[in-house]
Amino acid sequence: LDVKGNPCEDHCILQHSNRICVIALADAHPVLQKGKAIERISYQISANCSRLQNKVSGKSKRGAQFLTELAPLCRIYCSDGEEYTIYSCIRGRLIEVNESLLGDPSILQQKPFTDGYVAVVLPKFEESKTITQGLLTRKEYEEVLSKRFNSAS
Amino acid sequence: MNGFSSMIELSEKDKPIAQMLLNFGACPRCIFRFCRVELQAPYRRPEKELLCELRTFLQSNSNESESSCETVQPPCKRIRLESRKEEAEEQTANGSHQLTDAENDGNATDDNLRPPPVCTVCLGILQELCEMDFVKAVCQKINSSEYQFSSFVFSVSFPPQLSVREHAAWLLVKEEIGKQDLLVEKDDLVQLKEAYKWIIHPLFLEELGVPPADGKSLFEVSVVFAHPETDEDCHFLATACPSCFKSAKNKQSIFTRMAVVKALELIDDDDFLKNFQSPPSSPKTPCTAVDIQCTNGAIFVAGRYNKYSRTLPQTPWIIDGERKMESSVEELISEHLMTTFKADSFNFSSSGREDVDVRTLGNGRPFAIELVNPRRVHLTAEEMRALQQTINNSSDKVQVHDLQIVTREAIGHMKEGEEGKTKSYNALIWTEKEIRNEDVAVLDSMKELKLDQKTPLRVLHRRPLAVRVRVIHTMQSEYIDEHHFRLRLKSQAGTYIKEFVHGDFGRTKPNIGSLLGTTADILELDVESVDTDWPPALDN
Ligand SMILES: [Zn+2]
Repeated sequence: LDVKGNPCEDHCILQHSNRICVIALADAHPVLQKGKAIERISYQISANCSRLQNKVSGKSKRGAQFLTELAPLCRIYCSDGEEYTIYSCIRGRLIEVNESLLGDPSILQQKPFTDGYVAVVLPKFEESKTITQGLLTRKEYEEVLSKRFNSAS
Repeated sequence: MNGFSSMIELSEKDKPIAQMLLNFGACPRCIFRFCRVELQAPYRRPEKELLCELRTFLQSNSNESESSCETVQPPCKRIRLESRKEEAEEQTANGSHQLTDAENDGNATDDNLRPPPVCTVCLGILQELCEMDFVKAVCQKINSSEYQFSSFVFSVSFPPQLSVREHAAWLLVKEEIGKQDLLVEKDDLVQLKEAYKWIIHPLFLEELGVPPADGKSLFEVSVVFAHPETDEDCHFLATACPSCFKSAKNKQSIFTRMAVVKALELIDDDDFLKNFQSPPSSPKTPCTAVDIQCTNGAIFVAGRYNKYSRTLPQTPWIIDGERKMESSVEELISEHLMTTFKADSFNFSSSGREDVDVRTLGNGRPFAIELVNPRRVHLTAEEMRALQQTINNSSDKVQVHDLQIVTREAIGHMKEGEEGKTKSYNALIWTEKEIRNEDVAVLDSMKELKLDQKTPLRVLHRRPLAVRVRVIHTMQSEYIDEHHFRLRLKSQAGTYIKEFVHGDFGRTKPNIGSLLGTTADILELDVESVDTDWPPALDN
């Protein structure tokens, strides 16, 4: 669980015991909050970098794009003209992006923690333990949310 | 003329070669090899006898050639010499057709008391290392390790510098052969390994009652010889033929036998003689056997197992060097096999696998265990039944049946065509949405349902990412309450059932959640049958 960047644009990292991480939106992300309508999602990060071109092969996942914490994964374009960038949040190799979001962006809102994930990232073996240390747990995150809510009201 | 066995089998033309090699410091058996003596029997005679005879032969040679240089002597006439030591000594004492050289006499007597000097060519391999004391030491090692075997192969590894010394002796002999206008190649000599076998195999037969097999045997006795004193013999080759000694990763020395032999083929004679002192100085000690190892070919045991625990992994579960569960299917079975077969190690394999929390019921899952280097190799059907019983008595988490010894080839049956096999499962499923009986009953009518399964996240760290098409052949639901039902399903082997139920972040499509329009999760899973007919069922 993770907070980062612009106010309230929270991300969520789910890590399996085998060090595989799934990047998803967190509860408080504006896209999930205000009943926004997503127009489209693009994995085209810049003119010559598309996360869709990521190809991995073999057990060792050769050819994966390497991501730093601030590497953008995708951009979400909403019907109200707002644009949000989703970041990797963790260092690691990009294994796959969720192509289902291209056809039906609304699953991002309907099932943000399951079918609506953004990407799968494999951290380096040495870093897999420390990677989550800077992040908040689900419980800590809920506390942050309730404080944020209280201070706002 | 006496019988063959008491004769030296050298001909007149061999004399100069034999003399050169003797001066070189070669033992009588190496001299035989370089004179291409192809009969095995002469090699088997005691070295001292051979040496004594050889000296007499060469002395008589000089006598005869001196006395007969004018008489016509056919060059290929074989000289057969009296060999018995006593006779030789008698002759020496009588001085009959002997040189009356006091120094020679003295040497002969001394040599009978002292062991012969270590051969400069074979470094003792064809001397004490092919004699009964050495064979006894090897047999002691074989017998002390309780191996069960009916035949064995005996393999030896010689230090690489033997090839260098062999080459030095060959260059010497080659020159002489050239003078005689003979066409002899290095390959025509009797190889050291060959002569060694001729001498030592009958001794093994005598000691063990079984001769070493020439072809294959599952039981192998291997000896590694080393001779540190002369290890540096090879070193000049690395500068002379650098191309032969490249990139020897993970090897203790770049001077492997193969590399040395190759370098010796390439190096020209002058270069060799410039760099290698020939004849070499006399070695102080013979080679030593630095390693004597016995290995029995692997035994394969197959059967089927049932797993009745949801806290038992199939194989030891270790994360970051830390053990997560106290035992495993593999260990509960193999432990007893290891004890019975007295093996060094084992390799467990099975037809598919189940997760730690999945039980395997019904006819069980086929498995096979390779037992590496077992001491015991023969078990009767009765003993196998007893072994199976021991396994079953020692844990109620795992039970085995149809336990049997199989061939290595048969293990292939277990793995081949695995994709075509079907497996039956029974799953307990939770749904987020409230369900009625009819909601889950729709699953029953789905036949041959095709799934697109991406490699599950939980195994993605060790398997390649791919999308695989798998088939659920049939499903049969059993309603329990608003949030629970049981599902029995038959699927193509290799289908990830848990992912089919919860969807794995939508990465298995369709999944139970998407089929029922809800979110589903799996609470319990049992394997009910693995439909393979291997290993064959036994009567017990
Ligand atoms: Zn020798």
